[in-house]
Amino acid sequence: MTALLEVEDLKVAYGKIEAVKGISFSVEAGQVVTLIGTNGAGKTTTLRTLSGLLKPSGGRITFDGKPLSGVPAHKIVALGLAHSPEGRHIFPRLTITENLQLGAFLRTDKAGIEKDIQRAYDLFPILGERRKQAAGTLSGGEQQMLAMGRALMSQPKLLMLDEPSMGLSPIMMQKIMETIVELREQGTTILLVEQNAQAALSLADQGHVMEIGKIVLSGTGQDLLHDESVRKAYLGED
Amino acid sequence: MNELPQQLANGLALGALYGLIAIGYTMVYGIVQLINFAHGEIFMIGGFGALTTYTWLPGGTSLLVAIPLMIIGGAIAAVAVATAAERFAYRPLRGAPRLAPLITAIGLSITLQQLIWAFYPDAKKAVSFPEFKGESFQLTDNLYIQRADAFIFVLAPLCMLALGVFVSKSRSGRAMQATSQDRDTAKLMGINTDRIIVMAFAIGAAFAAVAAVAYGLDKGQINFEMGFLLGLKAFTAAVLGGIGNIYGAMVGGVVLGLAEAMSIAYIEEIPGMQQLGGGAWANVWAFVLLIVVLLVRPQGLLGERVADRA
Repeated sequence: MTALLEVEDLKVAYGKIEAVKGISFSVEAGQVVTLIGTNGAGKTTTLRTLSGLLKPSGGRITFDGKPLSGVPAHKIVALGLAHSPEGRHIFPRLTITENLQLGAFLRTDKAGIEKDIQRAYDLFPILGERRKQAAGTLSGGEQQMLAMGRALMSQPKLLMLDEPSMGLSPIMMQKIMETIVELREQGTTILLVEQNAQAALSLADQGHVMEIGKIVLSGTGQDLLHDESVRKAYLGED
Repeated sequence: MNELPQQLANGLALGALYGLIAIGYTMVYGIVQLINFAHGEIFMIGGFGALTTYTWLPGGTSLLVAIPLMIIGGAIAAVAVATAAERFAYRPLRGAPRLAPLITAIGLSITLQQLIWAFYPDAKKAVSFPEFKGESFQLTDNLYIQRADAFIFVLAPLCMLALGVFVSKSRSGRAMQATSQDRDTAKLMGINTDRIIVMAFAIGAAFAAVAAVAYGLDKGQINFEMGFLLGLKAFTAAVLGGIGNIYGAMVGGVVLGLAEAMSIAYIEEIPGMQQLGGGAWANVWAFVLLIVVLLVRPQGLLGERVADRA
């Protein structure tokens, strides 16, 4: 079986500075795969390249059997790849409902969109309570919920989440992680980028550790969670 | 005789004209953070497009038939030039430092003026435009509305209303709001932001063409330089109202127009300020108003604080 997402020797450069230096990994349908690593490891750059916001300088990306090179960002969504960006990036002056509707921008099935908006409210009841409020007035955690809900509105085959726990309170972080587990159980395929390695690895099928643009270690979530070098470098143990 | 109502009407007509042009500055700025200094020339091109259309009509065509056709012809010319400018002058510079497109805009402004000066028949001086003559509408003893002003009083609110509905209700309008708030994330929603940017340029150009027809009908002539000062004033109106906000553009235009009309009529009546009144000083008072407003509200009348945009 071929993987849903296949990344081969991907390279991305900002001018002369190479941020991603030839990485390869794949995501099978139904899996949760995580990229962990410190700031500047190239995780966000990788996701932004997969969704078409950045152009790769080398390598190959195959999604659902189709090559993604040269496909503009707005057409990649249509192929079934949704990206919830780092820093949430909700549309601050639009309401929560309008943000969710924009997530379904390419869909034309009005009834289905309504149903999925309701599903987002079921997943995150606080969003339903505040549906008419401008998204910019939400707290950080609520904005994160909205960003995830919005990404799901395109009915993606693969959901990419960039640092969903960043800057959140422990309770909010817990809630977000529980939601990821819930989505996994519903069969959503997820590529998760996280600095919170403990949380990410404990719910991932596969994990890859990135350091300055390269994947230095790969394994199942559990393997990495118990790997000594990972424990030292990312889980804060001596 | 109380001339205040008449002065208010004059100010409103001028303000509506500024507002229609200001829409083009504010929409483009709201979406690509570019001050399109060539927009005054897009207005001017709209005027020449309308005039050309008029010359193609059979002699004796009633103005009431001619005007809608002139608006269409002017809008086609203005939209064509504005979208070509976007495609070939501004788009290649997207992602370049902001100074580059700004200087390009200034260069484009001069180029467009000179092209009309050089190639439009007899455009080296002012060319005559069909004048909307005929009796003014008398509303009260001391309030007359000129036909050309009546034209803009009808069209400016209609244009604003249509734009407001388009932006808040239509799918493209929603995409436009998303693009102006966060362009990269708009792409992640599947929005073709290049198309949205073209649309912003096109709408601004069409509105400028309507303004140009109104201007020509009022003055009875147009010239290749007319976009310079009017463009600057409309830009002032956009900043005054809060750049990036379409309603702000209209509010800024009306405030600026009223201020000019009031300064022309009343400043010379203030003891000791006789020399500072009249038409010659109107521009000065317009910019004094801009400075005062920006001192108190740097974001403009309806603008949002920059912190909210982050």
